Amino acid sequence: MKAWLAILLLSATGLAQAAEAPATAADPVAEKRLMEMAKELRCLVCQNQSLADSNADLAIDLRNQVREQIKAGRTDTQIRAWLTERYGDFVLYRPPVKTTTWLLWAGPFLLLAGGLAALFVTLRRRRAALGAAPLSEAERARAEALLRADASPPPA
Amino acid sequence: MTRFLIPLALFIVLVVFLAIGLNLNPREVPSPLIDKPAPAFELTRLDDPVRSLKAEDLRGQVWLLNVWASWCVACLQEHPVLLAFSKSSPVPIYGLNYKDQRDAAFAWLGKHGNPYTASLVDTDGRVGIDYGVYGVPETFLIDRQGTIRFKHIGPVTEDVLKREIVPMIEKLRS
Repeated sequence: MKAWLAILLLSATGLAQAAEAPATAADPVAEKRLMEMAKELRCLVCQNQSLADSNADLAIDLRNQVREQIKAGRTDTQIRAWLTERYGDFVLYRPPVKTTTWLLWAGPFLLLAGGLAALFVTLRRRRAALGAAPLSEAERARAEALLRADASPPPA
Repeated sequence: MTRFLIPLALFIVLVVFLAIGLNLNPREVPSPLIDKPAPAFELTRLDDPVRSLKAEDLRGQVWLLNVWASWCVACLQEHPVLLAFSKSSPVPIYGLNYKDQRDAAFAWLGKHGNPYTASLVDTDGRVGIDYGVYGVPETFLIDRQGTIRFKHIGPVTEDVLKREIVPMIEKLRS
């Protein structure tokens, strides 16, 4: 029992040591800012994780550097610029609007507009097609007969 | 008949886009540092911790910077290529020993051979970050003015060397 407790305690301290950089644990405001920012940044090593989620070495290093910059009083914009200077817009989950990305931003709206235009044209064409083929006299008489037969009460 | 042509055309366009997208390597993130000045550094040499080297010291010559580490598996893969190239290379190859331990790095070079004019020690990986390193090995080609002209991510192969690096070196040296 005692041995188990000792092992448990030992492993607990091991875990505490594995947690990274207690440096700014004292500064929850900075830590919160870091995490908010890191959520919008891509980890380059495991590309489908954000810098906040990733435990890759590089992500830890980058978080530490961002932490230092927050401490040095740099703004979020400055820090993001610092990162894009090194790793390109790729690190930003929210790519900036510029000539190479406008299609990316406008694309969905263009597709929507295209879809609406296609729908509009189809509907108009269909209506025109229906309007162009009125019933002939014989057809109308037959339709009326059918409707009348339907309306009369079914034989009991 | 024509009513099926439009969806078919759209489908083909989609397939082409997907085919291109699937054939791109998502690991190869274009570096924003191409045609930008190589970030400054001052690092100690692996072979002589007392001496340090600055990026400016290498101004005036074309040089290669190869980021490596003894823990990096892919580095071993490119190592023979670099080693062979270093024997005939018209330009010096500097190594950036990225987040490594000195004795491990030494042992690695002793065991596999040393293609580097000098290796610079970047223990905390800060210079690596300045160079936008995210996957070792990476190789940079820097011109006489100290501008990064080319970057290769991943192991350098004979093919990359012959097709991209050597022609670029020749162009930069002429």
